[in-house]
Amino acid sequence: MFRTALRNVLAHKARLLMTVLAVMLGVAFVSGTLVFTNTISDAYQKSSAKGFDQVDVALTAEYQDAKGDQVGKLHELNQAVLDKSERVPGAASAIGVVQDFTAIAGKDGKLIGEGFQSQGGNYWGTKDPRYPLVSGHAPKGRGEILIDSETAKRAGYKVGDTVRMSVDGPVLTPRITGIFTTDDGNVAAGGSLTLFDTATAQQLFGKAGLYDQIDVKAKPGVTQAALKAELDKALPKGTVSTTTGKQLADEQAEAISRSMSGMQTALLVFAGIALFVGTFIIANTFTMLVAQRTKELALMRAVGASRRQVTRSVLIEAFVVGAVAAVTGLVAGIGIGAGLRSLMGSFDATVPDGPLIVKPATIVTALAVGILVTMLAAWLPGRRAAKIPPVAAMNSVHAKATTKSLVLRNTLGALVSAAGIAVVLAASTMDGSDGQVPMGFGAALLIIGVFILTPLLSRPLIAAAAPVLRVFGVSGKLARQNSVRNPRRTAATASALMIGLTLITGMTVMAGSLQQAIEKMASASVKADYVVSMANGNPLSPDVEKKLKQTDGVTATSPMVNGESRIDGESHYLTGVNGAAIGDLVGPEVDEGSFKVGGTDIVVDSETAKSYGWKPGSAFTAAFEDGEKQRLTVAGTYESNDFLRGILVDEKVLAPHLVDPYNMKVMVKTADGTSGATQDRLEKALGTNPAIKVQDKQDISNEIAQMFTLMLNMVYGLLAMAVIVAVLGVINTLAMSVFERSQEIGMLRAIGLDRKGIKRMVRLESLVISLFGAVLGIGLGVFFGWAAGELLATRLPTYELVLPWARIGIFLLLAATVGVLAALWPARRAARLNMLEAIKAE
Amino acid sequence: MTTASLTDRATTVAARATDLSKIYGQGETQVVALDRVSIDFRQAEFTAIMGPSGSGKSTLMHCVAGLDTFSSGSVRIGETELGSLKDKQLTKLRRDKIGFIFQAFNLLPTLTALENITLPMDIAGRKPDRQWLDSVIGMVGLADRLGHRPSQLSGGQQQRVAVARALASRPEIIFGDEPTGNLDSRSGAEVLGFLRNSVRELGQTVVMVTHDPVAAAYADRVVFLADGRIVDEMHGPTADSVLDRMKAFDAKGRTS
Repeated sequence: MFRTALRNVLAHKARLLMTVLAVMLGVAFVSGTLVFTNTISDAYQKSSAKGFDQVDVALTAEYQDAKGDQVGKLHELNQAVLDKSERVPGAASAIGVVQDFTAIAGKDGKLIGEGFQSQGGNYWGTKDPRYPLVSGHAPKGRGEILIDSETAKRAGYKVGDTVRMSVDGPVLTPRITGIFTTDDGNVAAGGSLTLFDTATAQQLFGKAGLYDQIDVKAKPGVTQAALKAELDKALPKGTVSTTTGKQLADEQAEAISRSMSGMQTALLVFAGIALFVGTFIIANTFTMLVAQRTKELALMRAVGASRRQVTRSVLIEAFVVGAVAAVTGLVAGIGIGAGLRSLMGSFDATVPDGPLIVKPATIVTALAVGILVTMLAAWLPGRRAAKIPPVAAMNSVHAKATTKSLVLRNTLGALVSAAGIAVVLAASTMDGSDGQVPMGFGAALLIIGVFILTPLLSRPLIAAAAPVLRVFGVSGKLARQNSVRNPRRTAATASALMIGLTLITGMTVMAGSLQQAIEKMASASVKADYVVSMANGNPLSPDVEKKLKQTDGVTATSPMVNGESRIDGESHYLTGVNGAAIGDLVGPEVDEGSFKVGGTDIVVDSETAKSYGWKPGSAFTAAFEDGEKQRLTVAGTYESNDFLRGILVDEKVLAPHLVDPYNMKVMVKTADGTSGATQDRLEKALGTNPAIKVQDKQDISNEIAQMFTLMLNMVYGLLAMAVIVAVLGVINTLAMSVFERSQEIGMLRAIGLDRKGIKRMVRLESLVISLFGAVLGIGLGVFFGWAAGELLATRLPTYELVLPWARIGIFLLLAATVGVLAALWPARRAARLNMLEAIKAE
Repeated sequence: MTTASLTDRATTVAARATDLSKIYGQGETQVVALDRVSIDFRQAEFTAIMGPSGSGKSTLMHCVAGLDTFSSGSVRIGETELGSLKDKQLTKLRRDKIGFIFQAFNLLPTLTALENITLPMDIAGRKPDRQWLDSVIGMVGLADRLGHRPSQLSGGQQQRVAVARALASRPEIIFGDEPTGNLDSRSGAEVLGFLRNSVRELGQTVVMVTHDPVAAAYADRVVFLADGRIVDEMHGPTADSVLDRMKAFDAKGRTS
């Protein structure tokens, strides 16, 4: 049996090519993902382990919980703690660590790297073991800094250069006194690290005399655990938590593999989609191979092969095909993994070096997936092969493809689709997160249902294209009829394309609608001309608002100050705003009362008001950070949004009670609205600070749009895989059709259809199948996009379905291109068929 | 149609092969399928080409019908010389001037009987001559089967559709390649009867390749081929006379 199966594989090499390619692509995607994520995660773990070389035990401050009216806060990790820990018997030395956001500008004045990756820290003493100096010397005072060698190389800085930088607002222009190397993961990933002397760092970061962490090094021979025990005993209980370097490294390693596994799962989902689509092609190919071999299989049955043996011979064939595809896919996947890493390296995202990791699990997974998927897809055709009666061997003409009634299939499909639609519709009326799971379930049901129904749908939908096809004369007419001739095959081919396009369209509809909703909300609620914030979302120094206020043309400003308070024994953040100006800067929808902030009058979003049972006129007591209490009165309630939520209090009331009054944002209204000149003026007033973003509404919208575009492009890129596999399917189906109909094509040529006509016929058939799949996919995608939007709308009042007509048009055009491209080779083959052979062939 | 015009037409040549040769391969493996064959197919004449398998009878038909290329010599259909035509022009010639009937019927299963009949004209983008079409359909007796698909028709009916397809566009010449090879004797006789009628009553020119003496007896003239050469010709054949002649060749073949 095995030999027969093997011979069959070899005999049909060309026809199995597309199947092998489809499986191979899927397997390559899977193994590429595994190789890439394993390699990166291994490299990060190694580099992070190195980063903890200098730490035996790390001390961090414990949080003192909020109690009653007392706001929670951190215990102090100060010089006294450091001195004490350095004096325990097992300790060799201790280093105080200070770190925070520090933006540093390149020679062009722009921020280096992404905002959240711009870090600053302290250089300990005259020789910090954490940061070996490549050149120069330790920094001293505000005028001197060190920068890491990667950043120096990237920006072209060297010792002695003056740099523009900022920590919380004001621009500093220190001189680089040295360059150091570091294993810091953030730097390895493309961030920057700027070091000050310890006192300067503490001052700049607003933590005078305090450390974020204290790293204690053990004496030789003292274990990390022993040192930890000593420190636990020496330090006051409950104020400091101690962690060994090993624990830290382990925790970090775990965090890395966690974040990697998220990415891995996402990539594997897309690989799974590509493989799923591939099964349609495999099933199609094997169905055809079995149909072609009816006589041969019947002969085997006639000479005594059992049904099971026949099925097995088909499965063995599938096994061989799957194995070949899986092995080539694995090799390609390892190549992809290596390629992706060097690709990341060629961008700014530097990845720590490390060997290419191909785990045994990767190899096993790749092979298993490739072989199992192929055999699973070939199982049904294999069973069909077993059902061929031995008498079929005696018939001279090989049996026509059984036109088994589609009634059962259609009934089942209709039921499943109806159930799917019902579940999706029911889920769409639910509230936000409650509806997610049922909606996903309904969507899966509907996709399966539509897939089962595709043969039925193919007739009316393709018939609808008849008027267009009529333009192409006989070729068009024949193409239309050929495309519905084998509805199952057409359906499987179109479904492969449908799945990809459903996902792509659904994502596009949702992203487009969401983007518009957020933009609408931004423009509806923000009346300010400019919003000033820190590049990384850190708080701004109060200086920033002062400077903005004094700038020409600025008519009103308001900070947004965050301060914790206790209300009814619960922690609640208050937002301090400029009561006099806030009405000109934001314009949320007011639900009840009036939007009036000033003195003891506050406004609160309706949701919060409801949870406390407040109405306009209600009064409550808030306890501030410093323990002082204040009676406040609700003046009105408003509809919350992403820019504005919670309790808005006049900053004059809030600020005096704050230990550290920092602003999250500053909103600015100018006399002549937004203009390039105004923006320039504002930026100049802030000292052209690399760390501060001055954005108008359009910038905010663009930022949102950019985020969505990036996400969509990534999804498109990943789904492109599924589409490529679908294209292979179309090529496969057409090649099969041409092969099966060679006699007809020969006849057509004989009675006068020229090569062009034949080519056009095949091309149009391809086009019809592709567009059929595209229309189904886009239809489903829009439906899912709408349904998911209904869920989102419960959270986002401005949400409204936006149909991306231009994109849908592009998708259709893409499907048409896919159709034409997929037909290139089969059409050429058809046109070149030897007429005489084709007519004679029986 | 008057007798005079019929005679007139009988003298006109519908297709002519002159010194037609077809050689496959080169050197040692060279096979001569046709060896300088010259033959005329006159208008309104029903010619049968006979010969043992490998005699070149199908090759001759394929070359004259513009389905296959030839190595030397010339072929004319009406006034057109085939040797100089490109594939596109050949295709157009087959479409407009030649009708085909194949052994395996070769109908398109997706088209109805009527659509199959008008297919050559559809390809050409011409409207069929309604009156002519009706008379052809009437002749082959398919009027009540026009909406059927080939799979719903018997073999004989399918071949009648094929005959109607060949006649419908009024080609200058119709070629049949074993048109009765896949039919039982009754259906075969019907189809041959239609072909003969089309020659007698409509003045059609028909050339048919066959190995069946009974089929050949329907023709006005039988041409015998052996080893790529025309070895004999017979006018007004009967099944017996054709059979005798074939036996003679066989005997000669055995003794030589």
